Amino acid sequence: MTAPLIVFFVLAALAVIGAVSLIFQKHPIHSALSLIVVMIALAGLYLLLGAEFVAAVQIIVYGGAIMVLFVFVIMLLNAGVEEHTSISKMAGPAGLLLVIALAGLVAATIVRSTDSILGTMQTGEMSSPSGVSKTLGISNMIFKDFVYPFELTSFLILVAVLGATVLAQREKS
Amino acid sequence: MISFFSNLLSANAELAITIVKIGLLLFIVLTVNAYLTWFERKVVAHMQSRWGPHRTGPHGLLQPLADGVKFLFKEDPTPAGVDKFVYYLAPLMALALALTAIALIPFGPDPIRLFGHDIYLGIAPPDVNIGILALFAITAMSVYGVALAGWSSNSKYPLLGGLRSSAQMISYELAMTMSVVGVLLMAGSFNLKKIIEAQAHHPEWGIAGWNIWPQLLGFFCFFVSAVAETNRVPFDLPEAESELVAGFHTEYASFKFAMFFIAEYTSMITVSCLCTIMFFGGWLSPFPASWTFAHYLPSAILIPFGLWVIWDGLRYETIFGRIILPGIGTAIAGLGAILVFLPGVNLFIQGPFWLLSKILVFLFIYVWMRGTLPRFRYDQLMAFGWKLLLPLSIVNVIATSFIILAKMTWWAK
Repeated sequence: MTAPLIVFFVLAALAVIGAVSLIFQKHPIHSALSLIVVMIALAGLYLLLGAEFVAAVQIIVYGGAIMVLFVFVIMLLNAGVEEHTSISKMAGPAGLLLVIALAGLVAATIVRSTDSILGTMQTGEMSSPSGVSKTLGISNMIFKDFVYPFELTSFLILVAVLGATVLAQREKS
Repeated sequence: MISFFSNLLSANAELAITIVKIGLLLFIVLTVNAYLTWFERKVVAHMQSRWGPHRTGPHGLLQPLADGVKFLFKEDPTPAGVDKFVYYLAPLMALALALTAIALIPFGPDPIRLFGHDIYLGIAPPDVNIGILALFAITAMSVYGVALAGWSSNSKYPLLGGLRSSAQMISYELAMTMSVVGVLLMAGSFNLKKIIEAQAHHPEWGIAGWNIWPQLLGFFCFFVSAVAETNRVPFDLPEAESELVAGFHTEYASFKFAMFFIAEYTSMITVSCLCTIMFFGGWLSPFPASWTFAHYLPSAILIPFGLWVIWDGLRYETIFGRIILPGIGTAIAGLGAILVFLPGVNLFIQGPFWLLSKILVFLFIYVWMRGTLPRFRYDQLMAFGWKLLLPLSIVNVIATSFIILAKMTWWAK
C-alpha cells in the first residue's frame, strides 16, 4: 500500500462518516459540523489528485464562507434539537429504489473509468495538459474558452443577490 | 534496536526533519506568544505612564512563565448545560488552525545544508503553489473556533459574542481577500516565495521596489481587515468586556481559555508575517543590493544589545539578573560577533533578520493600536467593512489590472 493510497482511504472514510453523521445527528449544529468534515475531506481528496487550486477554493468557499453562514443562521435562530415526525410509508420503498439506482450508477462509473483511476493512484496526480500549472489552466478555461457562460452565471448570481436584498428589505410605510 | 531506528531515520529523513522542525517551530511560536503578552503589557503600560509588570524578575520578564503556570493549575470547571463535544472542540480548533497557518510561512530564502539534506526555514516547502490561498483557507476556517465556543457555552453573553464575531469575520474576509488580488496580479503567482521575489525585480531599488508603494490602497484594506479578522482592538467587539463580560470565552477557564489566548496571539504573528511578505518585501533588505556594508547591520544591533543585557542584568541581585540575563546577553553579543567573522553565516542570516525585524514592527503596531484607538460601535463596524473597505479593495483590483494591462500592451516593447 502506497502512502497516497493510505491517505486516500483515510480521507474517503472521513467523508463517508461525516456524511452519515450529517443525517443521523439530532442537533442542526452537529449536522453542520459533520458537513464541514465532509467538505474538508473532499478538499483533501482534490489535493491528492493534484488539483491544489480546487482544494483551496473548496475549503475557502464551502468550508469557510457557506458553512460559516449556515452555522451563523443556526446560531442566530437558536434552533434546538430536531423533532422527528412520522415519515410517510411510501418513503421507504421509493428511497430504497433510489439508493440502489444511485449505487449502481456510481459503480458503473467506477468500472468504466478503472484504468484512469488506477493511473491516478499510481502517479498520485492527474496528468495536466501540456505541463501548464493547473491554476493557469483553470483561469484560461474560465476567462478565455468559457468567458460568456461564466459571466452569465455571475450575472445570474447577482440577480439572486439583488432579489434576496429586495425580499429582506423592511417595508416602507 | 538502534540500527532499526537509524534505518527508519535514513529511510524517512524528510519526515524526521519535518517532525523536528514542527517541534522546534511550535516551541518558538509558543515562547514568542508568551513574551508577546509581556511585550504588549509593557508597551501599553508605558504609553499610559505606568510600569507594567515589573515584580516577577527583572522588567517583569518572568511574568509570562508565572502566567503559564497559573493557567495550567487553575481549576477547570465545565458549566452545566454546555454542549460537551463542541465546547471542548472549539478551543482545540481555534488553536490548531492558528498554529497550522504559521507552518505555511517561509522564514528565509536559502536552505541550510545539513547531513546531506536541504533544510528550509519554515515547515512547508517554499514552493507551495497555493501558499496564499492555503493561508486564506485556514483563516476562513478559524471563524468556527470563536462561533462554536460562543454557541456551545449555553450562555447569553458568549452567544452574542460568537454571533458578532461570525458576522464581523464574514464581512471583513471579503475585503481581505479582495485586497490581496493586486499583489497576486503583480507577482503572477499564489506562491509566497515568488511574491517576495517579484518585489526584488530591480535589486538596486531596495525599499522602492516593494509592493507597498503601488499597492498602498491594497495594504490599507488588507491590514485593517486582517486586524478585524484577528478580533483585535479597535475591532474587538466579540470580546467587548464592558458589554459582554468577556464575549465568546466567558465560560472558558484555565487552559481552555489559554488556548483561545494563544490562538489570538498566533494569528497576530501570522498577519504580521503576511503583511511583511506581501507588501514589505518579506526577507528582502530595504537597501540596494550593492550596499554590502548593510550586511553588518544585524551585528551592529546584536552586539550592543547583548552588552546592554549583560550590564542591565548585573544591576539585579537575583539569580536571574546575575546569571541568566548576562548569559543571554553573552549569547546575543557572541552571535553578533560570529556574524562579523563568518561572512557565509552572515549572508545566510540576512533574510531571516529582515523578515523577523519587519514582523516585530507589525507586532508593535498591533500593540500601539491597542494603546491608542477606542472600540468601534457595531453599526460603524459593519458600515466600515461593507461601504468603505470592500469598494476600495475592488477599485484597487480594477486599477491594478488596468495598469498591468497597459504595461503589457504599450511598455513591454
